[in-house]
Amino acid sequence: MTDIIGVLLITIGVLFDLFGCIGLVRLPDIYNRLQAATKCVTLGTCMILLGVLFIAGIGSSGIRALLCAIFILLTSPVAAHALSRAAHRAGIKLWDGSVVDRYAEKDRND
Amino acid sequence: MMYMMDSVWPSIFMLILLFSGFLCLYRIARGPTAPDRTVAIDILGTLMVGFCAILTWVTGKDYYMNIGITWALLSFIGTIALAKYLEGRDFDD
Repeated sequence: MTDIIGVLLITIGVLFDLFGCIGLVRLPDIYNRLQAATKCVTLGTCMILLGVLFIAGIGSSGIRALLCAIFILLTSPVAAHALSRAAHRAGIKLWDGSVVDRYAEKDRND
Repeated sequence: MMYMMDSVWPSIFMLILLFSGFLCLYRIARGPTAPDRTVAIDILGTLMVGFCAILTWVTGKDYYMNIGITWALLSFIGTIALAKYLEGRDFDD
């Protein structure tokens, strides 16, 4: 039973990874690419690691997979946030179809 | 632990992950600006952690997970360092 749950989790995770990378290629500017790829790939990889934990059980590989999932869940949003802030500060323009830029408005008001 | 040496599913999962990695490599090669390339490098590192997890599942060896943990840590540190480097203004202005 745990094997079936694990394989199901790994399948969903791999599909999330694939869709995130398709978004990384298809979307128009860096901010769209960043939000699509980071969210999908973080969730997908965490689901793969949780599936490995379900299959392997509490053992030497399962505990390491759980540790790695917690680490990725903590650090991936931090890296994406720092990167988007750096891109905005470096002056990367938004896509033409973007309608609002709150960060630039906040800088203008200060 | 279930060893899946005789099943075809782990090969399909690994092929899908490799295809996703090639999409990331396309973005690294093509990306118009430096932050695009940095995002693609970060995503490629996270994908490879998943690849190491699937290798752990298929082979039953637990040291592949060590490679995954190390890769996640180095990818995080590298992305933060590149973001800090990119945040400075250009040399022109």
